[in-house]
Amino acid sequence: MPETSLSNRTIDVYIRRYNPERDARPRWQRFTLAVARGMTVLDGLHRIREEQDPTVVFRYSCRMSVCGSCAMLINGRPALACNTQIADVASERLTLAPLPNFDIIKDLVPDLAPLFQKHRAVQPYIQRADMEEVEKPTGEFYQSPKELERYLQFAYCIKCGSCMAGCPTLAADPEYPGPMPLAQAYRYSADSRDSGFDERKVQAGASHGVFRCHYAGECSNVCPKGVDPARALQLMKRELVLDYLRLRRKRCPASVLRVPGEARRNPDVPAPPPYTV
Amino acid sequence: MASSTKHYPNRLGIVGWLLGGRWGLERYMYTLHRVTGLGILFYFVLHILVTSTRALGAEWWEGAMVRVGHPIFKIGEFLVFAAFVIHGLNGIRLIAIELGWAVGKAEEPVYPYRSSLHVQRPVLIGVMIVAAVFLALGGWDFLQVTH
Amino acid sequence: MRETKYWIWHLAAGVLILFLLGLHMAIMHLDSLFGAWGLNPSGGEAIAWNNVVARSRMAAMIVVYIALLGAALYHGFYGLRTIVFELGIGPALQKAVTVGLWTAGLCLFVLGAIAAIAAGRL
Repeated sequence: MPETSLSNRTIDVYIRRYNPERDARPRWQRFTLAVARGMTVLDGLHRIREEQDPTVVFRYSCRMSVCGSCAMLINGRPALACNTQIADVASERLTLAPLPNFDIIKDLVPDLAPLFQKHRAVQPYIQRADMEEVEKPTGEFYQSPKELERYLQFAYCIKCGSCMAGCPTLAADPEYPGPMPLAQAYRYSADSRDSGFDERKVQAGASHGVFRCHYAGECSNVCPKGVDPARALQLMKRELVLDYLRLRRKRCPASVLRVPGEARRNPDVPAPPPYTV
Repeated sequence: MASSTKHYPNRLGIVGWLLGGRWGLERYMYTLHRVTGLGILFYFVLHILVTSTRALGAEWWEGAMVRVGHPIFKIGEFLVFAAFVIHGLNGIRLIAIELGWAVGKAEEPVYPYRSSLHVQRPVLIGVMIVAAVFLALGGWDFLQVTH
Repeated sequence: MRETKYWIWHLAAGVLILFLLGLHMAIMHLDSLFGAWGLNPSGGEAIAWNNVVARSRMAAMIVVYIALLGAALYHGFYGLRTIVFELGIGPALQKAVTVGLWTAGLCLFVLGAIAAIAAGRL
């Protein structure tokens, strides 16, 4: 498509507005927006705020799909406003709404507090018997690249809530933790430094736990970071089943990597430069 | 967090079972699995009650068979067969997925992302082909019987 | 953790149903094939009274019927419970649903099992 055809095209942008002080329920408001080449949805929102309506409220921070603040329903599908090009998703009409399955605070801002509460509930941190080593480390825990790979994909999660908005189970069942917290439960349980599976399996294996996932797959479809929560949840189910059948391999959490203390420098290898900080 | 501002509840509710998501084939299989399962269960409860009449003797049995001999029950029976084929084959796929056999290992996400959905997609396609074959055979048999 | 146990049985029952219901459907609908095996000795339709009596008297069929009955009731009612729970009902209602489905399931199982055993003496 030639560059000029994009630069001066105007599209209709429908934004779901809700002001808790004035509105009984959300309403749609239409704006017209001249779409420039390379304009993201977040850029478009800024443009509307600057030129048409300064009261449009949305949440954002980093503008580069790292912070996970700007997830919203873009043309009916959860995505980050900052890494969605308007030209990719809309030719005439763009609809923007807050993420469903979360309360609306104002306009496009969802209340993510339940997401963080559920995240905290699965104990998303390294748990070990020797917690003093975690609090006051004397060295680093040993972990091979293979062991890192077992959970690294799930560690890319930015907690934007897109998966929670796409999940059909979560649409009706508020007790279900949802794809993000359960994926994080697996991420820590799969970590070779961790031994907290026995605590996490209480939440994950509960009546409203991971077995309420039926692999509709939408969490993985919408994840802007390729985290694939659906995969993590199935692997968590597998761990729970193996654990129940007493087939789960018990492993000791990784130990601290000790460097040999009495090593002598090879005279052919130059010494490192002095510390600068 | 106690807050004085009023939040608008935006949970999709049961509508979300039909309208939430729906950007992938697996989403439709999720709905189909539920619908077929509920259909089979409904038939099954009736089936227990009807077939239990055989213990009461020939007259009861014949009477029950006359009552369920209506064409609408015959179509219903074919639908139950179809539901069983779909639910059973998709169930095999779900077991393979949920026990972690068909979702692959965690991998470094590289754009364009390839998720576990892509890993299990061949199983889904296979399931659909086998289901279609069974449904065609069953449908042929059904037409033979009714004509 | 109880849910893990329930769910594993749900899967196991599903696998069992796949075989037994497949067999049941084959016997009922591929009657010409199974006539030779003595499952439809009188010929004709599988639901004809004489064929029903002949099958009901076979010890193996009684076992198949009761196993299929139990597995299918468990699998179906656990599935229904899952769907009802996902409606987001409160804990009291959840308990009531569990108790109600267990009661209904056991009643249906007893009814079907008694019928299968009684029909064996026809």
